[in-house]
Amino acid sequence: MALEDVCSFKERPVQHKWFSFSSLGDAAIPFPKSDYYNLRLETSENNCGVPLHFFIPPLPHSSSFINRPLSSFCPPKNSMTVQRPFRLAHGTTTLGFIFQGGVIAAADTRASAGGLVACPAVHKITPIHSHLVVTSSGSGADCMLWERILIREIRLYQLRHGHRLSIRATAKLLSSMLHPFKGTEMCVALTLCGWDNGPKLIYVCSDGARLQGDVFSVGSGSPYAYGVLDRELRWSLSKGEAISLAREAVFRATHRDAYSGNNVDLFHITAQGWIHIALHHIMLAVKMCDLSLLCHYYVQ
Amino acid sequence: MLSSQHFGDPGKMKDYHYTGPVEHKFSPYAYNGGTVLAVAGEDFAIVASDTRLSEGYSIHSRDSPKCYKLTDTTVLGCSGFHGDCLTLTKIIDARLKMYKHSNNKTMTSGAIAAMLSTILYSRRFFPYYVYNIIGGLDEEGKGAVYSFDPVGSYQRDTYKAGGSASAMLQPLLDNQIGFKNMESVEHVPLTKDKAVQLVKDVFISAAERDVYTGDALRICVITKEGINEENIPLRKD
Repeated sequence: MALEDVCSFKERPVQHKWFSFSSLGDAAIPFPKSDYYNLRLETSENNCGVPLHFFIPPLPHSSSFINRPLSSFCPPKNSMTVQRPFRLAHGTTTLGFIFQGGVIAAADTRASAGGLVACPAVHKITPIHSHLVVTSSGSGADCMLWERILIREIRLYQLRHGHRLSIRATAKLLSSMLHPFKGTEMCVALTLCGWDNGPKLIYVCSDGARLQGDVFSVGSGSPYAYGVLDRELRWSLSKGEAISLAREAVFRATHRDAYSGNNVDLFHITAQGWIHIALHHIMLAVKMCDLSLLCHYYVQ
Repeated sequence: MLSSQHFGDPGKMKDYHYTGPVEHKFSPYAYNGGTVLAVAGEDFAIVASDTRLSEGYSIHSRDSPKCYKLTDTTVLGCSGFHGDCLTLTKIIDARLKMYKHSNNKTMTSGAIAAMLSTILYSRRFFPYYVYNIIGGLDEEGKGAVYSFDPVGSYQRDTYKAGGSASAMLQPLLDNQIGFKNMESVEHVPLTKDKAVQLVKDVFISAAERDVYTGDALRICVITKEGINEENIPLRKD
């Protein structure tokens, strides 16, 4: 997929009008006509640099639609999107902080859709490359797809230029890819935790924010996590102390926030790359990372 | 079938007095009910669904199964809005054929799951109202289940229930297949026959308690020999 792009390999363009919406006018952008077998390999000028084509519903009362130029695929900026009859996965606690031993990224593993726990074991921390992980919060599907797009773009850059993109530049790339969707209902709040010439922590949000800092916590459980982190966080923490601080912060947040829970996922990023602190590596028993049992530990 | 009701209050009984003029907005979605379930074993996968198609207080059909065979090793179960289910399966079939003609091989379960995720997400601003579960065998011949949300977020599971009775069935599956929330129980690996029996029992329970689930149960068992389909009657009331 990425290699095809680098080699500029393209199938012979066949003029398939697979799902032709010509009767609906200019408002609907169908599946791409030339690259018919892949939805998302075009970073050409008609899609604002975002490698994904979206179907925009032709809403009757939005006159801004009709005046929009054909080449732009920017989604409706007003709130008149189609009303959805279902809830999407939302609600989380994620955090990241910097200390002398690198960067720690931690998150809970619950995905909630409305009042139902859609999945109790979601991975909210995704590695992008060997020295960068991203924690996601907001809408689950949005984060998953945008992480995939980011992995693809970073890999393409690496293949084209022979070196890895810096983390600040990655954050800027991500922020500019999300910019066309500002004002829509897309909700993506990512924290890039990585190492390039030193630990880096950058928060990128679909509202347009892009902030570098030493500690970030995102999600519905973040106020509780900040409370715990602000008390104990120091530059001089040891690795074990930092891991247990992150775990306790997520635990306290899940204790108070209904939409966070289940288990804790921890990543530690150093100059050598990222390490997933799998549950059995922690000195405490395996079950300690199951938050319902962790409660007993902390009470004692 | 198009619904002219505002989706916010399906089936709520209003008081019998005049509340004033009410504007009904056109909703492009309708909810047709139905439950889908998938279980992955060591060398098999099961996808099962009920066959009732309902809308509001009516039953449109008693024989509308929600399992769709995609390839020899993959079955898709989709419940939610039947119109979107039909269109989505047509699109997936077309994309499978395109892949087969371009690459001269059948798509694997994992690849189908990734493709479905992008198809669903391309409609992020006007989603397909479908809850999908894919069951099949991966490249190594082990059972795989992929569960989706309506906009394309997915992950690989061992078992998953989706649709109207999902909130009732999922805890039961957690307990019986995942051995969760039980103490000192031996974790016996699931055999195919035990899994099929469990799926039947689970759907019978769902039909008792969920009005949108019932009529008949279609079970598709996927092994390396192929896909075996079975129909079991359920409560029809």
